[in-house]
Amino acid sequence: MPLSDELRDLYQQVILDHSRNPRNHGEIPPPCLHAHGDNPSCGDEIDVWLRLSDDGQNIEDLKFTGQGCAISQASASMMTQKIKGKSKEQAAAMREDFRRVVMGDGTPQDEEALGELILLEGVQKFPQRVKCAMLAWRAVEQALDSGQG
Amino acid sequence: MDWHRIRSDFPIFDQQVHGHPLVYLDSAASSQKPRAVIQALSHYYERDNANVHRALHELSVRATDAFEAARKKVAGFIGAATDDEIIFTRGTTEGINLVANTWGTQNLRPGDVILITGMEHHSNLVPWQLLAQRTGATLKHIPVLDDGTLDSAAIETLLNDQVKLFAFVHISNSLGTINPARELCAKARAVGAVTLLDGAQSAGHMPIDVRELGCDFFVFSGHKMCGPTGIGVLYGRMKLLETMPPWHGGGEMILSVSLEASTYKPPPHRFEAGTPDIAGVIGLGAAIDYLQAIGLENIQRHDHNLSNYAVQQMREVPGIRILGPDFGHRGALVAFHLDCAHPHDLVEFANSHGVAMRGGHHCTQPLMKRFKVPGTTRASFYFYNTLEEINRLVEVLHAARQFFT
Repeated sequence: MPLSDELRDLYQQVILDHSRNPRNHGEIPPPCLHAHGDNPSCGDEIDVWLRLSDDGQNIEDLKFTGQGCAISQASASMMTQKIKGKSKEQAAAMREDFRRVVMGDGTPQDEEALGELILLEGVQKFPQRVKCAMLAWRAVEQALDSGQG
Repeated sequence: MDWHRIRSDFPIFDQQVHGHPLVYLDSAASSQKPRAVIQALSHYYERDNANVHRALHELSVRATDAFEAARKKVAGFIGAATDDEIIFTRGTTEGINLVANTWGTQNLRPGDVILITGMEHHSNLVPWQLLAQRTGATLKHIPVLDDGTLDSAAIETLLNDQVKLFAFVHISNSLGTINPARELCAKARAVGAVTLLDGAQSAGHMPIDVRELGCDFFVFSGHKMCGPTGIGVLYGRMKLLETMPPWHGGGEMILSVSLEASTYKPPPHRFEAGTPDIAGVIGLGAAIDYLQAIGLENIQRHDHNLSNYAVQQMREVPGIRILGPDFGHRGALVAFHLDCAHPHDLVEFANSHGVAMRGGHHCTQPLMKRFKVPGTTRASFYFYNTLEEINRLVEVLHAARQFFT
């Protein structure tokens, strides 16, 4: 059965591989930052756990658990690989760049930093899946915000 | 029956989706509309459009006649004793909320029990939660067994004389289970409980006779049975409707109004404040004419053939888990989980092949938890679907399995 190009772009092998074998999957024991994200309309869920460096500036470790569609889980897995070891500011910049990629909203500032996350640009053709791709990123933002106060 | 000719009554099927013929398997969410219904809507707007029950001019008389003629059609369609037992609502959800906010608020006291089932749509759950919070009544539910039917032993204990209201779904939108409505209503009546039957998935799919079923309230939506969106029906037994206070106040529902107080019309107008969805009501009437011309028994038989064939074919897909009762006892839908793909990925995959299905929790989150699935994919059928379309679905499922594994 022939598959459309859009569908092949959405579900590239790398993406399917991440969804089947998620990296950095699991929990980090406390003390750590934690946030839960969900898309109530579709039932996707992600929990993220973050450990910051002593000065509170860098993401030293990052893990996630969750259930949901291939896009939400692959995006989470790929994200953890890319933002682990980065500063909070770098992570925020990557989140904005990633949002641009999946929404087709301008060009990313630092495409290189996103690496294989660029592969999720197929989501552009499926606007209703943007929230799936952004779920883990929103959870990380929320976890970092919870550590501000 | 010439089902292929009947299918050609639906203009929407004359199109391709993503380069494939449209295979529409989401009628449990909303059905497609035959030309007769679409034409009834445009005829009303082009020739008869005016407000109802108010003016004496020609157009208003025509609009009112068509509006009240539709009420008569609905009464006949579900076997109501009089036309006045038919209240037009925006849909099933509004009908349930109307009962909760009028009869429910008036009759429930702390210690009373509202009984529902574990397979209710959120629309037949949340209004009762709100009512229980308001009145101090307790909300209980009949558990669902692994085979997707109600736990009959639990019914015997739970349906006791503390139960003031028993609200349950006729055909489950998530499992396809057809509940034994007549038997359950009789049991409820024996303990003095009032019954509300959610007919969202049964109306338009099988003959309905509310007096034969023995329910006190029956609710359904027009758009799931070939009618327009935004129109639905609450049937209530007149003895109950007469005792119920208004819900929404406004024009159309009053007898006389002073600045201090008002008196209200008898049912059904007491419950129809404001200008109604006139076109919607007329369109619903046209849908009923259309369905009755085909015959509800014929539709029911075709539904049955489609879902039995679908279960038979889908069972052969490796890694599939079909929810709900074995065949012979299910409505026109099959909800399932494929081990290799999340429902949304599967729905996306099917969509790219022109097959429209629904994936997710289907507004029955407690049921998804009960069956330990994050959600399901649902293929739902109506009389315009064909066995060839089910073959196409099965092909797509096999292809999805290859793709996602």
